Amino acid sequence: MKHTFKGGIHPYEGKELTMDCEIKEYLPVGEIVIPLSQHIGAPAKAIVKKGDRVLVGQMIAEAQGFVSANIHSSVSGTVKTIESRLTSSGQKVMSIVIDNDKQFDEVDYVNNPKNIEELERDEIIEAIKLAGVVGMGGAGFPTHVKLSPKNIDDIDTILVNASECEPYLTSDYRRLLEESDVIIDGLRIVLKAFKNAKGIIAIEDNKPEAIKIMKDKAKQYEDIIVNVMPTKYPEGAERQLIYANTGRYISSKMLPADAGCVVHNVDTIHAIYEAVMLGKPLFRRVMTITGDAANAPCNLLISVGTSYSEIIEAAGGLKDGVKKLIAGGPMMGKAIYSTDIPATKSASAILALSQDEVSMYEPSACIRCGRCVSVCPGRVMPNKLADLAVNNDIDGFLKYNGMECCECGCCSYVCPAKRHLTQTIAGTRKLVLANRKK
Amino acid sequence: MISIIIAAAVVGVVGVLAGILLGVASEKFKVKEDEVYVKVREVLPGNNCGGCGYPGCDGLAAAIAKGEEKANACPVGGDTVAKQIAQIVGGEAESERMVAHISCIGNCEKAKDSYEYVGPQSCKLAANAPGGGPKACSYGCLGYGSCKEVCQFGAIDVIDGVAIIDKDKCKACGMCIAECPRKIIKMIPYEAPVIVECNSKEFGKDVKDNCQVGCIGCGLCQRNCPNEAITVVDKLAVIDYSKCTGCKACKEKCPVKVIK
Repeated sequence: MKHTFKGGIHPYEGKELTMDCEIKEYLPVGEIVIPLSQHIGAPAKAIVKKGDRVLVGQMIAEAQGFVSANIHSSVSGTVKTIESRLTSSGQKVMSIVIDNDKQFDEVDYVNNPKNIEELERDEIIEAIKLAGVVGMGGAGFPTHVKLSPKNIDDIDTILVNASECEPYLTSDYRRLLEESDVIIDGLRIVLKAFKNAKGIIAIEDNKPEAIKIMKDKAKQYEDIIVNVMPTKYPEGAERQLIYANTGRYISSKMLPADAGCVVHNVDTIHAIYEAVMLGKPLFRRVMTITGDAANAPCNLLISVGTSYSEIIEAAGGLKDGVKKLIAGGPMMGKAIYSTDIPATKSASAILALSQDEVSMYEPSACIRCGRCVSVCPGRVMPNKLADLAVNNDIDGFLKYNGMECCECGCCSYVCPAKRHLTQTIAGTRKLVLANRKK
Repeated sequence: MISIIIAAAVVGVVGVLAGILLGVASEKFKVKEDEVYVKVREVLPGNNCGGCGYPGCDGLAAAIAKGEEKANACPVGGDTVAKQIAQIVGGEAESERMVAHISCIGNCEKAKDSYEYVGPQSCKLAANAPGGGPKACSYGCLGYGSCKEVCQFGAIDVIDGVAIIDKDKCKACGMCIAECPRKIIKMIPYEAPVIVECNSKEFGKDVKDNCQVGCIGCGLCQRNCPNEAITVVDKLAVIDYSKCTGCKACKEKCPVKVIK
């Protein structure tokens, strides 16, 4: 069986820029801003106050409710203030501002003396919850919630999303190469939590070295296999990944657990390992700083709360004439207009481009070529949906399954008329979701 | 020849009989329609705009006839309609003409954009862009005219990046208020002598950074109002029109000239 899905595109990969750059650790020197909402769900509640001294790894904000995550300090220093600050989404979010004393005094983590084989489900979930691990692929869904579906016994597949289909990004790839043992052990920990499950590490075929290493390491475990998928965007989107590897469909009304799957990003698996085995909370992550306008594209292990401007500086700065900065990859990432924003748990990349290809062309009328329909991985009709959205026809939008759009951007990418298809559909989806909440 | 006459006679007789039958039936099985309802329905404008919150004019007429709504419930009809309805249902019509108003004068020249926006030209969709749209002030009018599109009375125009409502054309149906993603359109009295042309609840410094004509919440207007009609609530001046006498003391004192 070929592990792929219908639709999708092949954009310029740009991975050669940072593919061979080893992950370098970067310790922040400037002020640290830690937003209280770095995950989907209720914002965490600050448990420190102005003037308190905090240590590296100390919990500074507590999860509120079940779908929420703890937040820990990434530096040692004193709490300067708690106020609302700009984040990469463009929204102002309540954040804890810490004056970094550059000592990096760490709290003592409680190491787990146990062997992976002896772990119990409850202690795994508890450790992950305590460490504030969230999905690090972008959405930031709290991991302990993902690991607690209603139908635990029906889960038969744990997918490690190592496809990294988003162009330019290589942080997951470097993790696979440099810390393959940790990834395998992390997956084994998750497998211990689901007794009927087997593990699949899904990698795209443009990463032959990673495939070789992972296949080699996975050999000794019966319940872990490595699936090689043809390179195609958006192979790493949850629904497409599940279909490619198990042949099961899920719609926007379902969760991966309804198809017996749980999907984790490579970095998340790494964080799970550290949380369960070392007792270390999540406050560092790998970020790719890349693009043709970056002086020295690289992969950095950064601390949560470091400002984008400091990270860019640490990565060698930007060339003159940078036209566009994107937080994340070029397809799903969001353009940013200020670098005075902090890196969060789910910040995967900073992309600096010397050409703004989006505003280069004026959108024109649809020529009915149908390319967007043929590439849409969600199997909807982007041209029709955009028309309905522009005309405020929400009922029609729902009738034509507008909610199945995963906002991957394939339709906008192929549109010869340069219509703002994804933007229009994504905006309308958000309106519908906001109205449902009311 | 005779057969034609017979046929005509038969059809004629059947016609007369059917006519009588229908006439009797229409009297006998008459559905009694509420007289008040019929009269009120005739007086209402018939736009079926839904501004009153009922499904069209029929819905409102029924509600008024049942006594569930006041005589001035139709925002479009205004004073004249309210008086007529009051005569029908009995009682006084107490209505002050209200109009929708967009309290933002931060046009392209006065208010900053944080970035250049490329995308669908609609406020509702632009509000999903980072920061809720390109305008640096998160309380300012985006100016893509989503309100203009829903206005059935042609009262809204976008001039220089800010939507403006022509208060004479406005029928106060409220469609624009529901449409605006930034929720900055409010109902004010038609006769309002002074208006605070800003919605920003940010700190004065942030307001100044983003816009030349934003309320900085200094409180000068509040201190100078002889009737305590204007108060600064959450860093924004708010006018209580029931107390305002229209002396315009606030307008003169406002350092940023945001009270018009």
